Amino acid sequence: MDPRVAIISDRLKSIKKIIAIAAGKGGVGKSTIATGLALVLSQLGYKIGLLDLDFYGPSSHVILGLSEEIQPREERGIVPPTVHGIELMSLVFYTGKNPTPLRGPDLTNALIELLAITRWGDLDFLIVDMPPGMGETTLDAIRFLKNPSFLIVTTPSRVAHETVGKLLALLSELNIAILGVLENMRRSSDRARSSFGVRVVGELPFDEGLEDALGDPERFLQTEFAQRLREIASAIFPLPEPRASPPPSLRL
Amino acid sequence: MHEWALAEAVVATAKRAAREQQLRRVTGITVRLGELQQIEREIFKFALEQMLAHEDALVRDAKVVLERERARFRCRVCHREWDFQAEELGSEIAEAIHFIPEVAHAYLRCPSCRSPDFDVMAGRGVWLASLEGEE
Ligand SMILES: Nc1ncnc2c1ncn2[C@@H]1O[C@H](COP(=O)(O)OP(=O)(O)OP(=O)(O)O)[C@@H](O)[C@H]1O
Ligand SMILES: [Mg+2]
Ligand SMILES: [Zn+2]
Repeated sequence: MDPRVAIISDRLKSIKKIIAIAAGKGGVGKSTIATGLALVLSQLGYKIGLLDLDFYGPSSHVILGLSEEIQPREERGIVPPTVHGIELMSLVFYTGKNPTPLRGPDLTNALIELLAITRWGDLDFLIVDMPPGMGETTLDAIRFLKNPSFLIVTTPSRVAHETVGKLLALLSELNIAILGVLENMRRSSDRARSSFGVRVVGELPFDEGLEDALGDPERFLQTEFAQRLREIASAIFPLPEPRASPPPSLRL
Repeated sequence: MHEWALAEAVVATAKRAAREQQLRRVTGITVRLGELQQIEREIFKFALEQMLAHEDALVRDAKVVLERERARFRCRVCHREWDFQAEELGSEIAEAIHFIPEVAHAYLRCPSCRSPDFDVMAGRGVWLASLEGEE
């Protein structure tokens, strides 16, 4: 019997809400949005974790500009390092720059192991950067993450819309909560969007300045992309309740 | 110590399985330790026994038996089979594999054809092999 599965729900207990950033297609901006959302929600005062489940092409650490010596701490499991206020877990801590060719069962095993040994702090949100598609990891995320809500990313292209429709159909069939669709890389010339039958939470412009800001969170947060993302995040999520702090009379 | 996290998982699973099998008391827990994960046997045993001692009567008195399983690989391309040699790895790589055994695919290659496309046929990690108990 695999002993690891039974402990996963315990490990996720300290997390209030899990949000998976997914898309049917690759390259539509999942990782940039997942990391950006983690940064803006953290700025808004939420306690945030970021889990990179793209085992072939982890990207969150690149967008956050993580330096190589940062590693999880070993303490009755592994404690994610806090980077720019965000608790980050990624397979990249164990693979570095090496390619990691994994077949299906290995992907599942690696995911179970990560979930079984990672000790998250008290989090308002765990943002999950998903790999593209509806394969192993998407199915595993649905199976092992407790009540995840999916935020679906698309571009204005019909090619992306086609696949989003399929992903939405799958998620609804499985009764998974869908936060909505976020349309990324919109240009002024793009046509009106099609309707998905679910809420469109917003549009993010194609931002020429984004590339240069990757790896520098301060600069990233100044981009048009991040500012727009902050507006969208504040509209979806109510501001957090203030955390327990010393009574005002004690504050000098 | 990451051994503690896995010991905790074994306890949770043993309790769940005991309840499912309607055991009144678990008297023995046999855990197989796959060599690839390079679990520190003594730490793991200590952790498991410590945790069991703090549990309720269902599992508290269970005797822990650890079995070792050699890790064996098979190449999907040329079908070569070979054993895991932890000693040949640098400490950083060994540690990475210790945390997430699948990352072996980032570091190990088939000795015959250099392919990373191999299966771990045996000895991957921690496995709850059996429970003994009274109904
Ligand atoms: N709104 C935007 N404006 C300009 N560039 C963008 C925008 N959104 C994303 N990008 C860029 O597009 C590229 C792909 O983005 P990203 O890696 O986030 O996509 P992804 O969906 O995670 O890809 P994958 O499927 O490979 O994981 C990146 O270089 C990113 O900086
Ligand atoms: Mg990505
Ligand atoms: Zn081979």
